[in-house]
Amino acid sequence: MPEYIHLKIKRQDGPKEPSRWEEFKIPYKPNMNVVSVLMELRKNPTNAHGQKTTPVVWDCTCLEEVCGACTMLINGKARQACSALIDQLEQPIKLAPLTKFPVIRDLQVDRQVMFEHLKKVKAWVNIDGAFDLGRGPRLSEHDRKVAYQLSRCMTCGCCMEACPNVNSKSDFMGAAPLAQVRLFNIHPLGKMDKNQRLDAIMTKGGITDCGNSQNCVMACPKNVPLTTSIADLNRQTTLYSFARFFNR
Amino acid sequence: MDLEKQHYFIRKLHSMSGVLPIGLFLMEHLIVNSFSMRGPEAYNNAVAVLQSIPFLPVVELLLIAIPIIFHGLYGLWIVYLAKNNVLSYTYYRNWLFYLQRVTAIITLIFVAYHSYTLRIANALFGLEISFNTMTAVLSNPWMMVFYIVGLLASVYHFANGLATFLITWGVTVGPFSQRVAVIVSGLLFISLSYIGIQALFAFI
Repeated sequence: MPEYIHLKIKRQDGPKEPSRWEEFKIPYKPNMNVVSVLMELRKNPTNAHGQKTTPVVWDCTCLEEVCGACTMLINGKARQACSALIDQLEQPIKLAPLTKFPVIRDLQVDRQVMFEHLKKVKAWVNIDGAFDLGRGPRLSEHDRKVAYQLSRCMTCGCCMEACPNVNSKSDFMGAAPLAQVRLFNIHPLGKMDKNQRLDAIMTKGGITDCGNSQNCVMACPKNVPLTTSIADLNRQTTLYSFARFFNR
Repeated sequence: MDLEKQHYFIRKLHSMSGVLPIGLFLMEHLIVNSFSMRGPEAYNNAVAVLQSIPFLPVVELLLIAIPIIFHGLYGLWIVYLAKNNVLSYTYYRNWLFYLQRVTAIITLIFVAYHSYTLRIANALFGLEISFNTMTAVLSNPWMMVFYIVGLLASVYHFANGLATFLITWGVTVGPFSQRVAVIVSGLLFISLSYIGIQALFAFI
């Protein structure tokens, strides 16, 4: 049994500060995950050289891989710290903030852009009316299954992190908001605003900026069928674009 | 014209132009070139038939030159926009994506050189396009290597591009059909490469 857990953490004191790597050695306990190691580190923030340092900043909320807040690069791959078990990781364990989002401090990043994308593509169902509209139409079992898979997206950003076409040079929104367009276009009430959502993704940074590297679907911790959704939206937008032109 | 507003159309045009007409032309070009395997006379006859197409300059300009220039230049911009990460995410699809961009650059350089030294030289300086001309070019071993690299790059770019074209237009939606498309595009890559290499070696 190892005596300690060896960590290498990419630190950054603020959004515009330079980054640096700092090593830590935490006494080993079985069955830890990256979050519990970071909590342990916080009790006594001392690096591997015995120097006092600032506690490492990171985000976490649910601790059961459904909120996406603790997403970071763990040994180079984007995943959630809460479901990354120490006993299954190769040491030294390298922790770094996501690279496709602005760093706030240490491992904490600002993923506001994902919310902006959801707003841009109108990822909601309009239900508000002046009076009770009654029950909506039923969903077929097939559509319900697909919708459930899509609804598991927790906006963690793994798909954006893994995507070569999401970067500072491009405006591509990545797979997550596109899958939500598919979800709300399946919904019986959401369908009524189908074309508005398609219009929203047929723009710069939208569906056509996907390059089919298909990293997103591999990186997704919730197994959301991202590439199938993108291809399905390719079909929806292709048909819609013809209709839009020829009906004009 | 507001380019941002036309973004969807331009991207779709870029995707379409790679298959129609460029991909179709590539296949026609490789098949006609393979007449070199039937000897100088057959090859020169095939070239003569092509050169006798009515309105040839217009056809070449509209169906070959302009689509290739558009696809190539806009494609360079798309290549620039990607930040490749095959070393962190080593999935085969990511490699196909990366190779698509690598072969894009090689193909662009090759096609520019190839068309300048043959078709454009023919128009400007009256260079005769014949079996002997090609033999003279390809008897230089470095030129042969350059042509083989250019051939493989352009055939890969076309075959893999065809598989992603099917995704881009919403034909292959599910993972199974997308996998079948990759296998078919692999077979297309092998057969077109075989035809092309046989045709090249027939010149020397």
